[in-house]
Amino acid sequence: MSSTISRNHRGHLQPWIAFLGLFAAVALPLDAANVERLLPREGLGGWVVILLLAAAAYAAVKAERSAVTAILLALASSVGAWLALDRLPGLAGHAGPGFWALLLTSWLLAWALVSQLSAIKPRAGPAGFLLKLAIPFIFGAWLLVFWQVNVIALQVPFVLIPPPSAIWLKLTSSVPILVADFRQTILKAVIAGYVMGCGAGFLVAILVDRVPFLQRGLLPVGNLVSALPIIGIAPIMVMWFGFDWPSKAAVVVVATFFPMLVNTVTGLAASQPMQRDLMRTYAANYWQSLFKLRLPEALPFIFNALKINSTLALIAAIVAEFFGTPIVGMGFRISTEVGRMNIDMVWAEIAVAALAGSVFYGVIALIERASTFWHPSFRT
Amino acid sequence: MTTLVAPGLIAARPRSLKKPGHVFPVTVVVVAILAIWYVGAFFLNAQLARDVFARQKVEPTISQMVDATMSMERPLLPAPHQVATELWKSTTGYAINSKRSLVYHGWVTLSATLAGFVIGTLLGLLLAVGIVHVSSLDKSLMPWVVASQTIPIVAIAPMIVVVGYNLMNGQLGLSTDTSRFLAKAMISTYLSFFPITVGMVKGLRSPDPMHLDLMRTYTATGWQAFWKLRFPSSLPYLFTSMQIAIAISLVGAIVGELPTGASAGLGARLLAGSYYGQTVQIWAALLAASILAAVLVAIVGFANRIVLKRMGMAR
Repeated sequence: MSSTISRNHRGHLQPWIAFLGLFAAVALPLDAANVERLLPREGLGGWVVILLLAAAAYAAVKAERSAVTAILLALASSVGAWLALDRLPGLAGHAGPGFWALLLTSWLLAWALVSQLSAIKPRAGPAGFLLKLAIPFIFGAWLLVFWQVNVIALQVPFVLIPPPSAIWLKLTSSVPILVADFRQTILKAVIAGYVMGCGAGFLVAILVDRVPFLQRGLLPVGNLVSALPIIGIAPIMVMWFGFDWPSKAAVVVVATFFPMLVNTVTGLAASQPMQRDLMRTYAANYWQSLFKLRLPEALPFIFNALKINSTLALIAAIVAEFFGTPIVGMGFRISTEVGRMNIDMVWAEIAVAALAGSVFYGVIALIERASTFWHPSFRT
Repeated sequence: MTTLVAPGLIAARPRSLKKPGHVFPVTVVVVAILAIWYVGAFFLNAQLARDVFARQKVEPTISQMVDATMSMERPLLPAPHQVATELWKSTTGYAINSKRSLVYHGWVTLSATLAGFVIGTLLGLLLAVGIVHVSSLDKSLMPWVVASQTIPIVAIAPMIVVVGYNLMNGQLGLSTDTSRFLAKAMISTYLSFFPITVGMVKGLRSPDPMHLDLMRTYTATGWQAFWKLRFPSSLPYLFTSMQIAIAISLVGAIVGELPTGASAGLGARLLAGSYYGQTVQIWAALLAASILAAVLVAIVGFANRIVLKRMGMAR
């Protein structure tokens, strides 16, 4: 069967399955322990959900791609999910088939929405950007919904996986602790180590650049060291620099040094012989050709290293804290709260780490965009 | 080239010259690193040695100082030969299944690494195939996979270890060692699967549109186009990602040994060494882990060269 036929076919199939699911959601009990509890008896909310789901499924069958359909799909799936989440606490452990049918129908409509949105050709400008953001957002939101529903409805033990709502509660109620940990790990250890490690890697690369012999010797060694489990030096650094943040910063320095060195050396060799010849015909000296030709050419490589290092630095600092730290810091909090089975606190800390990591990366990507706008990879 | 040419342009030597070898420069760099290590060991341990001599009320000569700093029981920085001796002793000196043998600890870590790496690679491949072939997966899931590259995933290792361990040991009734093994393998899986996915999505998309069109003119099915065009042309990407993945999956296994109070594995060895101040033991474990990582990456690189050669893609 050719793939084009099946794709068209699927587009029509989805809303029909949604109809079936809607029928099941209306006819089957929401509560496995109470057969009388049906969706139409859930008051105004229940009826709004039923009507919206029906309208969205109908619109999806009738007019496949239109703004009205998309809005209806978005409304119906989010209202369906809202109702499911709203009734969830009363159904913990005994959710009925009607409940699952409601949830899956809403999800199916959300999926139909995603496939509609991803079929749109993205345009430049803020609208295209919003579209590109909306699709993964819907996916992530539904992931959270399924997480919440499954954990509560199936009564997964709290120490295994806490529901997202509990993590959010913990996150908002322990802001001072999280801020203190963030300051200790990110603002002190990571930033200091990152700046020193990347700076040292860059300077050594510039020095090495003048000696091709060292270049040939250092590149393979640097590549090798980049693959080694650098984190293992954490106990040694703790021994040398004490329990506080300097030892973590030292691990970060070592972890970030080699990727920076290797990338900068490679980048400095990236300019074309023709371009270097041109510099020579201009009688440019070493520094002129370095600053006007070879460093700009090396920028994409340097930013690549900066981006790799942003993640490496966080990992190094957090893991180094597993080896001994004062009683503050993200790695410390994660390892002790795991030991005390406060898994929600661990998740809150991980959420902070994830956010910090993406912001760190994002800032560097923005700087890269601003400073290498001339590079072919950004001129689309 | 005359001295009139600016020194920086020596790098711009003509391409026609034969590319010089790497062996000699690498040797020189390694020797230099060892020399710096020795000098560093002397100066870092000097204070400790001086304290010892002061307690014995002896005024040390230079040669006595060198001797003392190079052969300390618990130095701040052990000299390279001390580490090498310890490594040799702990790999060959004991029976392989002895708790004091580094081979035993290395195997505990290696087995979890390999299990996690294999599962992670398969999962990553599967996900990449899904992303390449289903456009809504591409638009909705791929941004998350890319974003996940920017977050310190290792941070969740302790949680996976403890929770996974409790789940498997307590709820499923598996033995202690199996649970630890599986928990570590889970971390390695998780860590190795993202680079594979990202690399393979790139790789499976790497064939020229022209070639894909050619497949269509042959009325090749999606399945045939995948096996005959997309998959073969993605292999260089697969091997590059696998080199990253195996290195990071070793890191995952080592980190996974830190929080459960595991008594076996290179990570446990590092932790025990740091508790008891056994610096030589730490360095030996670190060196063993590094050798393991280098060998694993080299094996993947070797497989890469053989496969690409047989496919006629070697550069």
